[in-house]
Order: sequence, then C-alpha cells, then structure tokens
Amino acid sequence: MVMFWVSLLAVSILLYVLLDGLDLGVGLLSGLARGEARRSAMLSAVAPIWDGNETWLVVTAVILWGAFPVVYAALLSAFYLPLIVMLLGLILRGVAFEFRYKTQRLRWIWDVSFVGGSLIATFIQGLTVGALVEGLPFTNGQYSGGAIGWLTPFSVLCGIGLCLGYALLGACWLIRKCEADVRDIARRQIPVLAIGVLAFLVLVFAYALAEHLPILHRWIDRPYLFVFPVTGAFAATVLALSIVKHDDYLPFYMVALIFISAFATLALSFWPYMIPSVITVDQAAAPPSSLNFMFWGCGVIVFPLMLVYTAVSYSVFRGRVGTTSGYGHH
Amino acid sequence: MDMTALLLSRIQFAFTITFHIIFPSFTIGLAAWLSVIEAMALATGRPAYRVIFEFWLKIFGVAFGMGVVSGIVMAFQFGTNWSVLSKMSGPIQGPLLMYETFWAFMLEASFFGVLIFGRSRVPPWFYLFSTAMVALGTTFSAFFIMVNNSWMQVPSGYVMENGAFVPDDWTKILFNSVVWSRFPHMLLAAYLTGAFCVAATGAWYVLRKVYHAESRIMLRMGLGLAAVLMPIQLLFGHLNGEYVNSYQPSKMAAIEGRWNDEKPGSEVLFAWPDVEHRRNLFAITLPPPFGSLIDSDSLTAAETGLNSIPQENWPPVVIPFFAFRIMVGCGLVMLALAWFGSYLSYKHRLAYNRPMLWLTFFSFPLPFIAIITGWFTAEVGRQPWVVFGLLRTADAMTPFLTTTEATISLVIFCAVYAFIFLFGTFYIYRLIRIGPARKPFEVPHVVVPNRPMSLADEESTQAPNYISAGE
Repeated sequence: MVMFWVSLLAVSILLYVLLDGLDLGVGLLSGLARGEARRSAMLSAVAPIWDGNETWLVVTAVILWGAFPVVYAALLSAFYLPLIVMLLGLILRGVAFEFRYKTQRLRWIWDVSFVGGSLIATFIQGLTVGALVEGLPFTNGQYSGGAIGWLTPFSVLCGIGLCLGYALLGACWLIRKCEADVRDIARRQIPVLAIGVLAFLVLVFAYALAEHLPILHRWIDRPYLFVFPVTGAFAATVLALSIVKHDDYLPFYMVALIFISAFATLALSFWPYMIPSVITVDQAAAPPSSLNFMFWGCGVIVFPLMLVYTAVSYSVFRGRVGTTSGYGHH
Repeated sequence: MDMTALLLSRIQFAFTITFHIIFPSFTIGLAAWLSVIEAMALATGRPAYRVIFEFWLKIFGVAFGMGVVSGIVMAFQFGTNWSVLSKMSGPIQGPLLMYETFWAFMLEASFFGVLIFGRSRVPPWFYLFSTAMVALGTTFSAFFIMVNNSWMQVPSGYVMENGAFVPDDWTKILFNSVVWSRFPHMLLAAYLTGAFCVAATGAWYVLRKVYHAESRIMLRMGLGLAAVLMPIQLLFGHLNGEYVNSYQPSKMAAIEGRWNDEKPGSEVLFAWPDVEHRRNLFAITLPPPFGSLIDSDSLTAAETGLNSIPQENWPPVVIPFFAFRIMVGCGLVMLALAWFGSYLSYKHRLAYNRPMLWLTFFSFPLPFIAIITGWFTAEVGRQPWVVFGLLRTADAMTPFLTTTEATISLVIFCAVYAFIFLFGTFYIYRLIRIGPARKPFEVPHVVVPNRPMSLADEESTQAPNYISAGE
C-alpha cells in the first residue's frame, strides 16, 4: 500500500514537471519574443492546457499530505518563503493568461507578470530540488536551517538549470504547435538549450556522487540502475539527430525522456529516503487506516480517470496553432 | 515560539481563506442554478433561458478560475505555516483534502470542458447532465471541506498514536452529526449568494431598461429561490447553534456575550463586550428564559458563562460576538427583501417599484458578508484551539517560523491578491454591465478544454484560433 502511494506521488510529480514544465518554459521563452503576434501565438500553444497542468501540483501536494504527512509538514515549512513566492508566481502567471486578452492598453502588465511569474516559479522549483539533493540541515527530524537554509550556490545552480530545462521543453513544444517564425526561432533555440541542459545534468550528477559517497556505493553495488542514465544518454543522441533532420515531433518526446531518466536517477539515489538521510518512505507513511481510505476512494479509480482525462484533453488539442485570426474549418 | 509570527500567521490564513471563499460561495450556487436554467430551457424552449444560461456561464468561468487559483494556496498553507497541525492531523485531514481535490478535479474539470465547447457536439440531454455534474462537483468540494473543518471543530473517530491523530472510524468522521448541520448551512449560503447575485443583476437591468425578458426572469427566480431558502437557512443556522452549545461552550458564551452561568439564560441582543472587566456595556437584553430557549430549545436549561471557563481557553470574545450579529443581521435583511420582493413580483408590481429594485440591486454584497462573518464566528470562536480541546493554535504553528518571514509573506500575499482581485472584480463587473449577448452563441470550432476564463474574452481581441494540422 505504501508502494502504491509512492508510485502515485512519483507519477504526479513527473506529470507536473513535464506538463507544467512545458508551459512554464513557453512563458520563459515568451520573454525573449518580440512583437505581439509572436507572443500571442506562443500563448495560444499552451493556453488551453496550462491550468490542467497546474492541477498536478495540487494533486502532488494532497498526495504528500494524505499519504506522507510527516514529509509534507517538514518540507513545506522548511521551504517557507520560496514556496509562497512560487505560489504567487504561479498565480500571476495564471491570471495573466486570462486577463491579457481583456485589455489592449494594459496588456504589457500581463505580459510582464506572465514572464515574471513563470521565471519565479521555475527557478524556485529547481532551487528546492537542489537544496534537497544537497541535504537540508535537520536536527532530530526537525528542520534547523533558518529562514534561508535552502540558499546555497548549488541550489541556485539547480534553479538556473531547471530554467534551462523547462525552456527546452517549451521550445520543443513550440516547434510542434507553432508555424512560421515562431517555430523557426524555437528551432534555433533548441540546440543551445539542449547543450546547456545536458552539461548541467552531467555536472550535477558528478558533483552529487562525489559529495555523497554512500549514494555512489549504492550505484556501484547495483549496476542495473545505470539503465536510467544510459536511457538519458540515448535520448540525448536521438534528440541531436532529430534536430539535424528538422523533425518537429521527436524532440519533445526525447526531452521528456531525458527528464524522466533524470527524475528516476534522482529518486533511486534518494531511495529509501524521502528526505535524504532524515526520513525514510516507511517512516513517513500515514497509518494504514488513512492509506486504505484513500486507496478505495481516490487511488484506484479516480486517479486513473484523471490520467485518462489529461490524455483526452491533449488529444483534443493536437495539431498546430494557426497564426491567423478568424474561424478556420476542418 | 514567536507570538508575533503566530498572530501574523493567523492573519495570513484568515486573509487568504477569506479571499478564497468569496469565489466558491458564488460558484457553488451558480452551478446549481445553471443546471436549473438549462433544464428550463430544454423544457420550455424559450430563447431567454438560453441567453441567460450562456451569460451566467461566462461569469461562472471567471469566478471559477479565480477560485481555483486562490485555492492552490490553501493546499500548501497548512504545511508552510501550520506544520505541527499538518503532521499531527495529516492522517485525517490529508485524505479528506485528497477526496476534495480528486473528485472535484474529475467532475468539474471534465464536465466544464463540455459546457464550454460541447453545445454543438453533444446531445442536449448530455449537456444538461454535464451542468448537473459540474454542480455535483462543486457540491462534493463543499462537502469534504465541511467534513474537514467539522472535524477540527468537533473531533471524532480518531485515536492518538505517536503524537498523531489516527483515524479509527471513518464513518464517525464523515457522518459526524455536526457535518449534517454545517454542510447544509454552507450549501444554502452558497445557493443564497447565487440567488441574490442573479436577482441584483436582474434588478439592475430592469432599472436600466435593458434585456426586458431576461431581467424579469432573473429577478423573479433569484428572489423566489431566496424566499424559499432563507427560512430553511435560518433553521439550519439554529441547528448549528445547538451543536456549538453542546460541544463548544466557550464559543457559545462568546457569541452570546454571556459572562456568568445562568439558569435559565437571558439573551443579549446588542452590547459592547468589555473583556477586561468581564461585563457588557450598553447591553440590550431579553430577559430569561429567552437565552435558554434560543440556545437549548428549553425554558429551564442552564447556560454556561465565560467566567466558569478558564480565561486561557477563551476565544477573543469581541470578534465572534460581532461577527455573529452581522451575519444574522444580513440574513434578516435578505429574508425581508426576498419575501417582500417575491410578494411584489407575484402581484406583478416589482418591475415598477423603483425603491425596491434599487434595494435588490444593492443587496448583492449581503450574502458574501454573511458567509465571511459566519466563518469568522466559527473559526475565531474556536480559538485558542485549532483542533477543539485537543491542540492549541499556538502549538500548531511551524515552530521555527520567524516574524520576519511571516511579515514578508503576508505583505506579498496582500499585494498580489489586491492586484488580481481589483482586476478580476473589474472584469466581472464589465461582463455584467455589458450583459448577455443578443446573438446566437458562437461555438469555437476546435474544442479547447480547461480554459474556464477564456469565455470572457471579447470578440475583438480573441486569441488566434486553433487549426488542426494534417486534417
């Protein structure tokens, strides 16, 4: 039962990172775009899906609270300020989507809050993961790092890394969804971003392994774990080939695969800890009476339905976004 | 433990939840009303019903979006500011919040997409079914939130294990008798909010002599619904008073401004509670046994006063005392408006009675004020406990939270919320001012799920449409 909720949590986090990652990435890139037409086209590429994507953050939070209350309490309180700033960034980004079309004169306000909100939210998500990898200061299971215990050079580096990563996801989404100059610009951005992301990943994992020898031992003891980094390397190769060939559909899947392998590598390095060297998965799990109640009412039927719903909404919204106004027809 | 940080955290929670509740209380009622309107449209075939439906669906979309956006914060705030509470009560409150999120996500998100883009794609019966499902989704949300809060008010069905509240009987938690007086109370409050907003809009259009047919339907239905629901709401309010009297004597004594034990009790109508000297100033009081009659349905029952409760277990008396009176006052004004307005409407005189139309128009803040003050009564009246009688609010806070952090977060919350609330309210006002469109509803040609607020976009500044590739 604990494993069931661990996997649901993993699926939710991964879905959040991939889905909201792509629209936050488009938000970052829209800061570089010139002209209303381009920005508008970029927004249209994610407008119908962003709030469905963001919902996975709430799903992640409630799974964490319901199934692992100890970790929920420890992490959310430890990352007090960054999390609240992240939420407000997401709010600004969310309302910007809706409000920018309701005004001509004040549109710049919403463009700024769209880019700014995306940037803040992305940077803080990366920073949080970085601080977790590095290890937060805990004494007797209680966070003891003070107001900025999460702020280290490494966590800032991870924040920047995730900005590159989400921007790459966003660019790969844009070449699928957009046409003409928006697509061409995204095509030119992808190689630069991809090299940045891969360099960053190699650097981070080398650093993490060098710093935490116990983790390195676990990897050496179980060589089959290397399937994930190898998958990531394979995806990077295919990504490079598909960019050269001007394929517009493969890059997104390959970048997603890189994200998945990085996520799996990270999760396995943490295992069996949820907060490294502080709380294990089993220590963090809610009592069986809670887990069972959630399993029958939420986990076993409703969660799969939510996955189906997400898949359906994406398939409905497939194909390219036109850059012309007016009603087209099939 | 930093007392300033505690106070700031409480203010922050009150601020964010007050902001949030405005939107759900509006949309829960509106969703139910939209199902009724859609059913009427199908049953009668009158175009006015269809026009009304499309118009309020737009407004529902904007309010729903604001509710979702501000609700995300709530899912995190328990952990950031109240980590001790979330660790201790996580096994009970976590699953309940999960039910709320999962069920609402499934019902609201999926069927809302049908409402926006499905008019020409699905059969009429399925469209009607979708409106009902959206309403059911919002109702589920309200139910699980009320269960969650009721458990904090009257804890049941739990055992203590390793310093945590562990559920040992979910039926006791879900079917806690308290839930079944509080959940209808909240649901009716939301329905009344919808009813008064609809009636106020109708009154505004009648005064401005626009949308002749639609404005009269809105006015009649809004006031009529309120006239029926308001007395039922007063009854459930009374039932809520009974649970408070049974389980939370400190809250009851504060609401009633009762300092000394009385048998039978008197009833303070108005006063200025003077906490320092433990007395009421300027009191207007009904003699015994009115207090016992109102609180305990009896002529002889003993009523507890604050003096027989240790002062460290008192709530801040003034807030529940006044919040409760404001709530009841709003309720009585709404009752009078609904009954008198419905009577005039029945006599076909309402549309010509300008003072009454103005009163109806200006009545739309009343249900919101009543809901907010009602929650203030319930939540501030529960103090100093966060889980009544078991866990103090001061002990529930994140222990290492500093005044600096709490100040920073509160300031940025206030700034961002004020900013988006101003714009959001202005956009809703503009939608209502423009009113329902006279043209047949245009359906975007490609289904775009999940973008509730986009309904409110104006034609002139629409986002580019979506053209499918390779078809």
